[in-house]
Amino acid sequence: MKTLIPLAIVLAGATGFGIWYQRTRGEFRKKKTVNGPTLTAAIVGTELGSRATMVQFSSAFCTPCRATKVLLEDMVKTMPDVRYAHIDAESHLELVRKLDIRSTPTTLFLNGAGVEVGRAMGTPKRAQVQAAIAAIH
Amino acid sequence: MSVSIDARGPRWSAVITTVVLAIALVTSSLWVIAFQAVVFAIGALRGPQFTPYALIFKKLIKPRLKSAATLEDVRPPQFAQTVGLGFALVAVIASVTGAGGLFTIAVAFALAAAFLNAAFNFCLGCEMYLLILRARTAK
Repeated sequence: MKTLIPLAIVLAGATGFGIWYQRTRGEFRKKKTVNGPTLTAAIVGTELGSRATMVQFSSAFCTPCRATKVLLEDMVKTMPDVRYAHIDAESHLELVRKLDIRSTPTTLFLNGAGVEVGRAMGTPKRAQVQAAIAAIH
Repeated sequence: MSVSIDARGPRWSAVITTVVLAIALVTSSLWVIAFQAVVFAIGALRGPQFTPYALIFKKLIKPRLKSAATLEDVRPPQFAQTVGLGFALVAVIASVTGAGGLFTIAVAFALAAAFLNAAFNFCLGCEMYLLILRARTAK
């Protein structure tokens, strides 16, 4: 039997990371700079909502992407001034780099002018999406 | 459209993988990590639903579960198995060549990923795949 120290370090480190990971997934993070990049209907692929647009980036090796898509598509049904757009990250790498998308699913929240006001990584909860949308004027 | 599998299968497999990798890390055994490398290879090449751990799940665990099965795309867990295979192969080579430090680091990374998947439902493909693509296509 050799030392248990490496095992203890890995489990402690991974537990700390895991708790942070679970807490931050789905969280809406407001953009710190006032003006994020402006996105247009041509870039996003669908018409922008008059109040807000949620733009989700997905990839093939991503289980929570599908759950996120189902949730957001369902939510916009009851919000006529909010639109939803879905982009495959792999086939839009140029855009992914420009917007600095690092993981999937990442959902950008755009205001009526197409300016990103914040984003959420991972599957957000319904209440988190509602709060994020409510904060966009 | 790709194949869908019971999402609880890969999670169960991640628990077993965590235990096996923990044993490999503590004992520094070439045979334990070589065994796990073979399991990863089956998961990466044939699919995560064909590994010995998945077969245990199918035959022994699944019939005893009461909750309804949620289906998931087979590609995310298959991607994770491929990453695991990479770390396990490095560990096997390190063990054979006597590079103890490298062995510990490689097994530690594989263990961390398996543990995160088992305990926190961590999605390796979500976090790594886009970064790999971005790095590969960077000019």
